[in-house]
Amino acid sequence: MFAFILRRLLQAVIVMLTVAFIAFMLFQYVGDPVTNLLGQDATPQQRQQLRADLGLDQPFPVQFAHFIGNAVQGEFGLSIRQGRKVSALIVERFPATLELAGTAAVLAMGLGVLAGVYAALRRGSVLAQSMMALSLLGVSLPSFVIGILLILMFAVTLNWFPSFGRGDVVTLGAWTTGLLTSDGWRHLVLPAVTLAVPQLTLIMRLVRSEMLEVLRADYIKFARARGLTNRAVHFGHALKNTLVPVITIMGLRLGALLAFAIITETVFQWPGMGLLFIQAVQFTDIPVMAAYLCLIALMFVTINLVVDLLYFAVDPRLRIERTGAAH
Amino acid sequence: MNMAAVRRFFDGDVWYSFRASRLAQGAAVVAFACVFCALFAEWIAPHDPFNLATLDLADARLPPAWFEGGKSLYLLGTDDQGRDILSALFYGARISLFVGLASVLLSVLLGVGLGLLSGFIGGRIDALIMRVCDVMLSFPAILVALLIDGVGRALFPNAHDTLAFAVLILAISLTGWVQYARTVRGSTMVERSKEYVQAARVIGVAPLRIMRRHVLPNVLGPVLVLATIQVAEAILIEATLSFLGVGVPPTSPSLGTLIRIGNDLLFSGDLWITVCPSVMLIAIALSVNLLGDWMRDALNPRLR
Repeated sequence: MFAFILRRLLQAVIVMLTVAFIAFMLFQYVGDPVTNLLGQDATPQQRQQLRADLGLDQPFPVQFAHFIGNAVQGEFGLSIRQGRKVSALIVERFPATLELAGTAAVLAMGLGVLAGVYAALRRGSVLAQSMMALSLLGVSLPSFVIGILLILMFAVTLNWFPSFGRGDVVTLGAWTTGLLTSDGWRHLVLPAVTLAVPQLTLIMRLVRSEMLEVLRADYIKFARARGLTNRAVHFGHALKNTLVPVITIMGLRLGALLAFAIITETVFQWPGMGLLFIQAVQFTDIPVMAAYLCLIALMFVTINLVVDLLYFAVDPRLRIERTGAAH
Repeated sequence: MNMAAVRRFFDGDVWYSFRASRLAQGAAVVAFACVFCALFAEWIAPHDPFNLATLDLADARLPPAWFEGGKSLYLLGTDDQGRDILSALFYGARISLFVGLASVLLSVLLGVGLGLLSGFIGGRIDALIMRVCDVMLSFPAILVALLIDGVGRALFPNAHDTLAFAVLILAISLTGWVQYARTVRGSTMVERSKEYVQAARVIGVAPLRIMRRHVLPNVLGPVLVLATIQVAEAILIEATLSFLGVGVPPTSPSLGTLIRIGNDLLFSGDLWITVCPSVMLIAIALSVNLLGDWMRDALNPRLR
């Protein structure tokens, strides 16, 4: 157990260091900061002086260590395009992405589990069958096409929801939220649905197949034989056992939500981190790219780590097997 | 491919299962039609969308021919620069298919090579390759492709068209190889302990030659199925990156680029500029996916 956690932590650290190294290499090899700062016609002495001031004449490992030290404190320098501190930009954009991804996660998980349970319990019904057929479409449609179709239908044709930006936001300290105004909620609907649909279909299909599997188990038959009500069997016994693998997958899908938020934010011009990153890629804004690279890697590594450890906590069988194999 | 092999194929189970499955036939027809249009775009497209001399701005943003104001000259209408949508679709599908196939080919080469090495040699090399696979798999493919593409574009900021294509294909294939590596590694480890491999070892065949001539043909079956499905995945990733504006160079628009162009005009009511390439993209991805699903079932003897 302990050895496993240690190994898992070590792996996480190695991944983070690799990503940080890639980000560092970006700084090193894309563009020359000295030329950027002094211009083309500086004297060699000036250049030499600035190199020393910036620490660029120091050996490679020392520079990398400096970079790591700054990165840990969230310092990635100034954005080339906007001329502001990258950390400030990210702090400003972070709430938008988190609110979008959070709403989408709640939507996907809530509706996904409900629909999955329904599809499993009423397997033959028309509604369940049409839900399965629709979910197949949801899996094969690329995410940005879903967004465009929603805009076409609900923003352009029906004019129910806006399709652009966050709407009115309320500022609470460093946090700006759109969740406190009705306009903010109206702006949130289409992007959140776009982001949720692919995950929703996945979760629904997963819950359905797991539930069908569990319903065949002996303890379900036994529970029925004891004369328990359908409700108690389905929700007390079956659903509970279904949810263990589902929770793991959901944890991993949280990461996918963050990744797909990039696409959704571009379609809806949602002022979050994903849009920031895409614009940084288009304008080769290295500090922003490097910061986003490190931040997203950190989130993923953390999510994966937590899910792996949760798995241990939830399923005692795994604990025995894995530790047995480790020794 | 001689006659006997052809006859054996038509007598075989795979062809039989294809003839029995309506869905597979439909998917094959759609996929074939798309590939045909893409391959012979020069000959069957009614216009050359990239020839500036034939573009007429007076014909910009015409609706499809069956709507009011449409011209029969432009069957699916025109975009904001007066380019014929139907022709742009054919040329765009060619670029999408090219990027999809090229990146799958590259990732098959990479994945199968590393998988063989990993499964056949084992030990530290195996552990290293599999750790890298674990890490890659914990990130969504689209994110990895986007990051590699972003880094690639940053490294070559003034990339001309060929280089931009190379970066894109490399980015997509670097996300895809993991699947092949894992599959091939698994079946290689099974094959390695079989008698024909041991026999080859006993008579002194070099390890590399055993891998290439003896093990490789026996582990390629699942790779074929995986590659088919991955073509659809690769095309979707390419479309997404191009839609985000970081994919193919704008001078050679793929389906994703066309959707991006249309997306900017969505609110003016010119829906067809977005809808047509979206439908084409979905048709390609769905038909290739269905073909892959069918192939997996047909080639898997356990399911029969």
